[in-house]
Amino acid sequence: MLKVRQRLYKKIKQRLQSLIRVAKSVDNIATLNARQIYILPSRWSIFYILMLIALLIGAINYTLSLAYFVLFLLASLAHTAMLHTWRNLAYLQISVIGAKPVFVGDVIEVSLEIKELKNRDRHAIHIYFADNPAITYSIQANQSIRLALPLITSQRGYLRIPRIKTYTEYPLSLFHAWSNVDSVFECLVYPKPSQEKKPMPSTVDTNRKGNDAAYQGDEDFIGHKTYQIGDLPSKVDWKASSRGIGMYSKKYAGEASKSIFLDWAHTTGDKETRISQLTRWVIDAHAAKIKYGLKLGGGLDFAPNNTEAHYHHCLAALATL
Amino acid sequence: MKQKQLTTQHLHWLLASLLVVVLLHSVNLPLWITLVAVAFGIWRYMLNKKQWALPKMHILAPVMLMICIGLLFSFGNNFGRDASVSLFIIMTAMKLLETKTLRDYMLVISIAYFAVASMFIFSQSASTFLLSLIPITLLTTTLIQISLPQTISRIYSLKLAVKLLLQSVPLMLVLFVLFPRLPGPIWGISKDAYSGMTGLNDSIELGDVSNLIQNSSVAFRVQFDGAIPPRNMLYWRGPVLSQQQNNKWLAANDNSQAKQASLEPIGAKINYTMTLEPHNRLWLLLLDMPTTIPKIATLKQAYSAVAKEPIRTRIRYQAVSSLQYILDKTLDTSESKIALDIDAKSNPKSFKLASNWSHLPPEEIISKALQMFNQQTFIYTLRPPRLSNSAIDDFLFNTKKGFCEHYATSFVYLMRAAGMPARIVTGYQGGEVNPNGNYLIVRQSDAHAWAEVWLKNKGWVRIDPTAAVAPERIELGIDQAVTEVDALPIFVRPGAQWLKNAYFNWDNINNNWNQWVLGYDNQRQLDFLQKISGKDLSMTDIAIWMIAIMLMTMLIMAAFLLNKASRELNPVQRAYAKHIKQLEKYGIFKNPSEGALDFAHRVVNIIPEQATNILEIATLYNALQYNKTKVDKQNLQLLKDRIRDFKPARHD
Repeated sequence: MLKVRQRLYKKIKQRLQSLIRVAKSVDNIATLNARQIYILPSRWSIFYILMLIALLIGAINYTLSLAYFVLFLLASLAHTAMLHTWRNLAYLQISVIGAKPVFVGDVIEVSLEIKELKNRDRHAIHIYFADNPAITYSIQANQSIRLALPLITSQRGYLRIPRIKTYTEYPLSLFHAWSNVDSVFECLVYPKPSQEKKPMPSTVDTNRKGNDAAYQGDEDFIGHKTYQIGDLPSKVDWKASSRGIGMYSKKYAGEASKSIFLDWAHTTGDKETRISQLTRWVIDAHAAKIKYGLKLGGGLDFAPNNTEAHYHHCLAALATL
Repeated sequence: MKQKQLTTQHLHWLLASLLVVVLLHSVNLPLWITLVAVAFGIWRYMLNKKQWALPKMHILAPVMLMICIGLLFSFGNNFGRDASVSLFIIMTAMKLLETKTLRDYMLVISIAYFAVASMFIFSQSASTFLLSLIPITLLTTTLIQISLPQTISRIYSLKLAVKLLLQSVPLMLVLFVLFPRLPGPIWGISKDAYSGMTGLNDSIELGDVSNLIQNSSVAFRVQFDGAIPPRNMLYWRGPVLSQQQNNKWLAANDNSQAKQASLEPIGAKINYTMTLEPHNRLWLLLLDMPTTIPKIATLKQAYSAVAKEPIRTRIRYQAVSSLQYILDKTLDTSESKIALDIDAKSNPKSFKLASNWSHLPPEEIISKALQMFNQQTFIYTLRPPRLSNSAIDDFLFNTKKGFCEHYATSFVYLMRAAGMPARIVTGYQGGEVNPNGNYLIVRQSDAHAWAEVWLKNKGWVRIDPTAAVAPERIELGIDQAVTEVDALPIFVRPGAQWLKNAYFNWDNINNNWNQWVLGYDNQRQLDFLQKISGKDLSMTDIAIWMIAIMLMTMLIMAAFLLNKASRELNPVQRAYAKHIKQLEKYGIFKNPSEGALDFAHRVVNIIPEQATNILEIATLYNALQYNKTKVDKQNLQLLKDRIRDFKPARHD
């Protein structure tokens, strides 16, 4: 019985949702115009409404002209507030700029640009992705601001951003104006890296000569190179750096010349576990500055490399597998 | 949607606006109510300051119990207007102690708005109204404050509150004029709701009228269509008393509805409009003698007009009177029996005196009595000595000090003893002309009592025995008749002309206020709307008109507020617009799509000698307009200065 009712609710909700006009993005830019803004009395305006009714009864009962006066002033004030609430939201332009990929379970911050088009200051506007936390902003006349709107991820792959919901109750909290924006923007969510500490496979790059093991690449010191951010502290030549002529890292023979292959075949378990494991290895290998390749089978192979782009290509491939 | 966190500033706004509400109420309520309410506010303030938890029910319940006992002690079982408003104020203040979420704030603010309006139960004067606007503005500001996540400048929110209220005025006026007024009350109103109203009683027990004479509040105002009649003709008829009960005189039982008094008006008719203050009694005062009475009135036997319900709101009515008349040419037996009935034993000396006159012709009897008042040492005073049980005997032969009701009662007693039908008429005499508004103000202190004697062929003739003793009471008003000045309220005392002038101006404002704001009830609304529409309107018509005009106003307001772009410029834009105008004078126009810097570079090509200035203005403008978190006052001033000093050399 309960289930039937829940299903009914869901269906009604979906029906209603489909009736609501939504601002559609074109090139990820949407303007909230008059047709897409809805306004209703806010939840707590019930107190205000009850107060007005009580005031009306009082004014009639005691024939108090001034009570009528105040009653009508406050009723008109609600109307004025309604117009202000509406215009606080109307004609804002919301553009989805982009999002940096994150791993499943992390919060992705979708970058939005909000532009004020009507030469008036806007205050206390709340914006959020459906079922996600909201952020609140104010924007001055003719300005644009960037927001990083949080979106909780739960699945790897391309994630089409959910409906953007925005509302405001400014200035008197008596009315709730809201609008919805649909955008076709998709952001990439990398798979969740496995928590298991399985040793990385040491499949040697068969295209190369020599049989160096993956972790044996920093044996032979061959000279210095200028320190770059990201170099491991253990590799910094602190002695050389202390001479006051710049920071140096030690350079070892074999680094960057040794490479490994992370192979689908080396993993066990179901598909998701395998993807998760490969993701872990890609992250580790990237952090260790080892050249790594990725073999996913079915023609999805990546030659060993350790550039930033390679790292993201590999993760994207894993995400969309 | 999570519950919004409210900050200290939000709380302070709420406390401040509630404090104003409580202080404005303090004049109407017992002092301890105000103190307790303020104490709750301070308690809440301290809780916030010390970051303590809000009190739990087991602390609040005993406090509430104590307050209830206090209320019981203050008001007893007389739980009416004052007690309910007191309780309401206390509960609102107490609610503060559990106010923390947005929901609580909205609740308290709504209640506080209501509390502001409840002040009008006590007073509806123009000043009360103006004062009430302060808490309304503050409460609206608080609403704005709690609608903002981060706190915003006080001035900004206060300004916005005023702006919102002003923008609400047009719709408010439409509603005020057109909203159908329902005649109240819906339910019974507690007795003390009208405790402040004073007016004539329906009986005299020597000593009553003088209480009214101490009271300078306005009884009614009269607007005459023509000239104001002379003062000694201004007798405003109220209850007529013809039944003696020892020292008390009452209105006769009005069971003889069958016979209506017959009135023959003589001479010119006088049209006038009365605005009667509420007095919680039936009397509708009219100028002697009314020939056309208002719709709401019915005439009682002795030609005094009464309404169906006690007058509890200020009402306006029109009437026509004739100053000369013959009332009741004939008197039937039951009437003359009432008009002659006295208790001979109550005042034997007076009765004996008058009985000796009974052989004389009626006119002589009257002049005998008046001569007695005039020639003996009778004194007009508002502080007569106490009288014995035979009050009239004591007064006529012993104390000889009294005011209108002593003279009127004794005179009527004497007349009846001499066999002439007579009765006491109470009402008001005279009034004060307000030169600033050309209307007459009649106060409670103008309350008066006089006599009517029935004469053959002449009917009921008005005799004012007070005039025989203190003619100036009738000719000039009570301030001239009384010698003990301090017994009179300040506005009735002689002298103090400047005070009177100031008062007249104020009363004129009040009079308009009363007629157009306070007196705007269902009757006046109908009259007013019929006058402008020129048609008979029903309540339904008014309702339809109201909805139509209301929607129109709402649309106009919407168009006004929601127009495509706000034309309002911020100070930076305003300054820059001035700069563009300066350049336009030299034939250089800015394209709408052109940026300020691009435009500046173009201008520099035309006026190279001003390059630094022009570029500085453009850079400042861009910095202020586009990189601001808030407008930098120093730079804004710099921009303004640069633009003011900008004078491009004329290039030919």
